[in-house]
Amino acid sequence: MPLPRWFHILGSPPHAYRLAEVCRPWAGWLALLLLVGGTFAGLVLAPPDYQMGDSFRIIYVHVPAAYLGTRLYLLLAVAAAIGFIWRIKLAHAVAASVAPLGAAFVIVAMATGAIWGKPMWGTYWQWGDARLVSWLVQLFLYVGYMALHASFDDRDKADRVSAILAVVGIVNVPIIYYSVEWWTTLHQGPTIMKFDRPSIKDDMLIPLLMMIAGFVVCFVWLLLNRLQGEIVERERDARWLQQLATEPGK
Amino acid sequence: MTDFFAMGGYAAYVWSAYGITLLVLVVSAWTARRRRLDALERVRQMLLQQSPRRQATVRTME
Repeated sequence: MPLPRWFHILGSPPHAYRLAEVCRPWAGWLALLLLVGGTFAGLVLAPPDYQMGDSFRIIYVHVPAAYLGTRLYLLLAVAAAIGFIWRIKLAHAVAASVAPLGAAFVIVAMATGAIWGKPMWGTYWQWGDARLVSWLVQLFLYVGYMALHASFDDRDKADRVSAILAVVGIVNVPIIYYSVEWWTTLHQGPTIMKFDRPSIKDDMLIPLLMMIAGFVVCFVWLLLNRLQGEIVERERDARWLQQLATEPGK
Repeated sequence: MTDFFAMGGYAAYVWSAYGITLLVLVVSAWTARRRRLDALERVRQMLLQQSPRRQATVRTME
């Protein structure tokens, strides 16, 4: 299947590197602004929940991290598949950059969820809960991708073999999403993503949206850093990179 | 102010959740930035090691 021309231009490492160089500082400052503002709004301005009291404020770090924890896996799998099918090196570089970040957000989601579970459910963890266990599987998929990728000396082979794992692991994403509906145990259903109206008041919702935006932009900043690092590693013999590396002030 | 830090009796849970989040984000940011800068530095070192040899070949060719 042929790809449009813009895809090849965007997929060229020098172009992607320079684009990342331009966007990176903007993403960094915007992420900092949103995260500081969102944290202040979530901890100070939002009223306490009538049922959960102030413990509900954990939502402002738990939900954004969980949101990214699953979405990033889709990004990882799609990037790996594009790299596998059309042999685009940059797509593999994106996949390799996303994996450790996805793992980090899953760790935040699981740790804050466990801390929240203690006062609300009386336990940090329950093996019988499908939502909790499918998250553990998600963490293993990110870590498995990284471990498999690191186990090959030949980078092309590492990219292609771990891409297969990434694509197969997609089956876990709907399991996480529907686990709260298929097996009703500890974890509650979704709060904002309901199809009618979100079951949350505006003064609680706005800080949450700020935090989700802050986490997403923060991820973009992290990804751009890692992607540039990957491109440099992969293109070290290319003339454009050697010229760029010797430019002063880089 | 004391009320704020007490978090309605949930201080230990709220602050540890925010603390862990901050820690993971700071570590992620530091490692991501470090990887980019280290990769560039390795290319520079590689070029530095190559350049004397390259100059030497040029000289012998002259």
